[in-house]
Amino acid sequence: MFDYDLVVVGGGPAGMAAALKAREEGVEKIVILERAETLGGILEQCIHTGFGLHYFGEELSGPEYAGRFIEQVEATDIDVYTDTMVLNISEDNVVTAVNNSEGLMQFKAIAVVLAMGCRERPRGALSIAGSRPAGIMTAGTAQKYVNIDGYMPGKKVVILGSGDIGLIMARRMTLEGAEVKVVCELMSYSGGLQRNIVQCLDDFGIPLRLSCTVVKTHGKDRLEGVTIANVDERLQPIPGTEEYIECDTLLLSVGLIPENELSKDVGVELDRVTNGPVVDEYRETLQPGIFACGNVLQVHDLVDYVTEESQIAGKGAADYIFGKKKGGTYINTKGVDGVRYIVPQRVNIEGKENLKLYFRVGQVFKGAKVVVECDGNILSSRKKVKLAPGEMENVTITPEMLENMTKDSEIIVRIEQ
Amino acid sequence: MKKSLICVACPLGCPIEIEMENGEVISVTGNTCKRGDAYARTEITNPMRSLTTSVKVEGGVHPVVPVKSSAPIPKGKMFECMGVINQTSVKAPVKIGDVVIENILGLGVDIVATNCDSGK
Ligand SMILES: Cc1cc2nc3c(=O)[nH]c(=O)nc-3n(C[C@H](O)[C@H](O)[C@H](O)COP(=O)(O)OP(=O)(O)OC[C@H]3O[C@@H](n4cnc5c(N)ncnc54)[C@H](O)[C@@H]3O)c2cc1C
Ligand code: SF4
Repeated sequence: MFDYDLVVVGGGPAGMAAALKAREEGVEKIVILERAETLGGILEQCIHTGFGLHYFGEELSGPEYAGRFIEQVEATDIDVYTDTMVLNISEDNVVTAVNNSEGLMQFKAIAVVLAMGCRERPRGALSIAGSRPAGIMTAGTAQKYVNIDGYMPGKKVVILGSGDIGLIMARRMTLEGAEVKVVCELMSYSGGLQRNIVQCLDDFGIPLRLSCTVVKTHGKDRLEGVTIANVDERLQPIPGTEEYIECDTLLLSVGLIPENELSKDVGVELDRVTNGPVVDEYRETLQPGIFACGNVLQVHDLVDYVTEESQIAGKGAADYIFGKKKGGTYINTKGVDGVRYIVPQRVNIEGKENLKLYFRVGQVFKGAKVVVECDGNILSSRKKVKLAPGEMENVTITPEMLENMTKDSEIIVRIEQ
Repeated sequence: MKKSLICVACPLGCPIEIEMENGEVISVTGNTCKRGDAYARTEITNPMRSLTTSVKVEGGVHPVVPVKSSAPIPKGKMFECMGVINQTSVKAPVKIGDVVIENILGLGVDIVATNCDSGK
């Protein structure tokens, strides 16, 4: 058994930022365990630019953004095991992992940071009629084929879902010579950034069909085509609107789910909306000494925020390791009236620093107010020109606001039209 | 002549109307801020785009390495640049920032590597 102060599970931007922050705070024995052959996480395959505008003040590609953190990790004596898959975390923080050269290994830790990222919703999560021919895959899988393996998975493409990964792949496949016939979006709006709709679809004349879905796939061994149809307000296909489109590839870009198999096994409580752990303002789960950050905690659209969140978790883990994080009175946060969820879900009212509550809305609001209240008192109210489900928002809670709260208080964030 | 577009300079996405005469911009309306005005003018007269793609690497850990244009290129030149990039290959090792193609199509822009490949 190896003895460490901090074990970080996952070497994407979240894991690296948490480890680096903990090191900066003085934690000595740190190890990062990463399943892939290199550090960097999903960013290694995101070769488009648009990363780092907030954090570095310049526009980088995914590998460049990750590269800056990889360099920093390499400059420290933080231990890194790549090609190493974590299998289990026990209640007393023993992390079991396996790799080809060393076989089964156990790492005893004072604190653990969960940074396993997220995965894409697979086809099984959708109900599309038809056989299961080759040529149907998630947009992220196609992204890996094209950008890492240098291999084009098809020539005539239909994309279901207009999330950013789907939009980015529409452009990527087009640039490599494929014909992207249409992007179908079930909802009446796209969850992707406007910039991506313009630069990934409009630039290439790729149509975006809103309120439209794939109802059937055709072909036996290889996909030969799909049937698409419009949907009504209840998102049900409207009979008579079916249309056949010939294609050899169907890319699914229908959402991301935090990767929480390990968290569940160790008994970490999950939030029903985010599908990530319930955490306090230092991103500590309800399991003492186990922290979570990045996409495993909540799906982020900007990696810059992943870095910010992971530094908070790294600091929290350091405090825990040095015995500085003890006791306190925790109250819950709650999103209502259009606010779908809030992270962190718990806040220590004895906290002495400003903290941010991150949240997402469930629909588009224009000119609405974000109101924070507690025990009937309004703590803050700010007008926002636009709020959209695709963009994570935040409100700041100051120690002064926390002063008058009691153990039965609840911090509420709501949208007022 | 009136043209409309959506500003993408920030997530707000203001709908902008541009009045043109003989290829000259007469007025820009609908934008909420100055950036929208600037965006609309370049977008209508000379749209520019960053290009990101990958290039073959010989003897690398992976068969391709990602690259980007060192500055935005004219939107209409994207496919022509792709043609040149797809004819090119580099030899491992490759480092972030290595120039893969200098001054592509004489546009004054380089194609540079955005990841490293230490080679097999
Ligand atoms: C396909 C895809 C495309 C994306 N594109 C963009 C984009 O264009 N722009 C953007 O801002 N964001 C994008 N995102 C979101 C992106 O994931 C985040 O910006 C950021 O990479 C999240 O960082 P992370 O460290 O939390 O997760 P990740 O980058 O996913 O890193 C998690 C790491 O944990 C490792 N891991 C998981 N389980 C284990 C285990 N059991 N043992 C050991 N290691 C494990 C994984 O191998 C991975 O390296 C995309 C996400 C996906 C899934
Ligand atoms: S005009 Fe200004 S506010 Fe409107 S989208 Fe463009 S940058 Fe944003």
